[in-house]
Amino acid sequence: MSGAVKIAVLDYGAANMVSITKALAAVGAEASVAAEPSALAGVDAIVIPGVGAAAPAMVHLRERGLAEPLIEWARASRPCLGICLGFQLFFESSDEADAQALGLLAGRTVGLVDAPTLPHIGWNTVEAVRPHPLFEGVADGSHFYFVHSFAPAPADESIVVARTTHGRPFVSAVAKGSLYGLQFHPEKSSEAGLQVLANYVGLVADARAGGEV
Amino acid sequence: MLARRVIPCLDVANGRVVKGTKFVNLTDEGDPAELAERYAQEGADEIVFLDITAAHERRGTMLEVVRRTASRAFVPLTVGGGVRSVDEMRDVLRAGADKVSFNTAAVATPELLTGCAERFGSQAVVCAVDARRLPVADGEEQRWEVVTHGGRRTTDLDAIEWAIRAVDLGAGELLVTSMDRDGTRSGFDTELLSQIATRVRVPVIASGGAAGPEDFVTAVRDGKADAVLAASIFHRRMHSIAEVKAAMAAAGLPVRRIEESVA
Repeated sequence: MSGAVKIAVLDYGAANMVSITKALAAVGAEASVAAEPSALAGVDAIVIPGVGAAAPAMVHLRERGLAEPLIEWARASRPCLGICLGFQLFFESSDEADAQALGLLAGRTVGLVDAPTLPHIGWNTVEAVRPHPLFEGVADGSHFYFVHSFAPAPADESIVVARTTHGRPFVSAVAKGSLYGLQFHPEKSSEAGLQVLANYVGLVADARAGGEV
Repeated sequence: MLARRVIPCLDVANGRVVKGTKFVNLTDEGDPAELAERYAQEGADEIVFLDITAAHERRGTMLEVVRRTASRAFVPLTVGGGVRSVDEMRDVLRAGADKVSFNTAAVATPELLTGCAERFGSQAVVCAVDARRLPVADGEEQRWEVVTHGGRRTTDLDAIEWAIRAVDLGAGELLVTSMDRDGTRSGFDTELLSQIATRVRVPVIASGGAAGPEDFVTAVRDGKADAVLAASIFHRRMHSIAEVKAAMAAAGLPVRRIEESVA
């Protein structure tokens, strides 16, 4: 099979779907909006976008029947990118309203500590902990757009790809197998953000090619 | 390190960018999506659209503007003006905006800030505080009052107290405009800014009075602002965003330079 990689962006009522779908299209993917499990049929990868609160997001994911298919998707090692709240939902739980999350990664989402301003809104530098294909072509220390008050604390340090400092350092990117998480919004981070999304699309294409061999 | 943001603001009426003085003598200055895209390419950290369409003429034109802009400019978008309910905010966010700024509507119905923050998170809720200096006797402390309807109506609200209350109610950011300085190009009211910024934890965006790059520096250094918004100096191409950021960087302030991004 060839052609553009097909990426489903999960719509669970978490606002802005336009920016992420258009940004994925801008880097050559065929992006669709998935509001129900049947919309995941035939796609190569998933993006879980999101801003807002963790507890209502989980309620919406479950109500739409998307939580279980997502967990199965990740267990089958198929590519999935979580952005901001979508990234936080990968973990077991969140301090925010003591919400239970998807539990795909060990750890808990906690409030930012010692932040001089809260929410953390604006362009901050992302510092690589280790080289990763997601950041290929992006200068280390480039600015990306953040808007959040919480960030995940992974139990497994080896999955951390990058950190950012606002008050204290927090984890701004992780990767484990085909599961990728970003605390910043690549779809709002101009050229650097589009480069990260293009890299994700490239990783999905590689995974698809590998699966066919 | 968190960069100090530079934010161009576009006044939009009936789906077009307009320029005018005090809401009169409006002239058509082009397509909002095109201008926003140009600003994004020039390094704008965020774009603010201020909808100044007369209320009775407003019907989805702004949503179309947001939709077209979000399809082309991959930077944060804020829409101010005309949003009066949680449902209206949902429509603006779904069209591609990241934040909504409330001014008159929040003064009239403060609970609106809470309702929107509970639904969309406080990071999406900006409270615009338009403030005007009150006359004070010698030795008395300076005070500012909140004005609404683009400065045409006064309120009994103390601007600093209202700013603090807006944050308690759910606003995740404050857009503080000095109505004394707005459109005058006489520099920001740094006293007003610092009075508010030192009392709240959320980011403060300075607005009203920008004349040149050095004003952006003082808004951050003296006004303690996290971001600086301006309209006319960018539209009239008196100064570029890059020029402003160069001045801020030279003053030791952290900024995002566009040439850094791709290795």
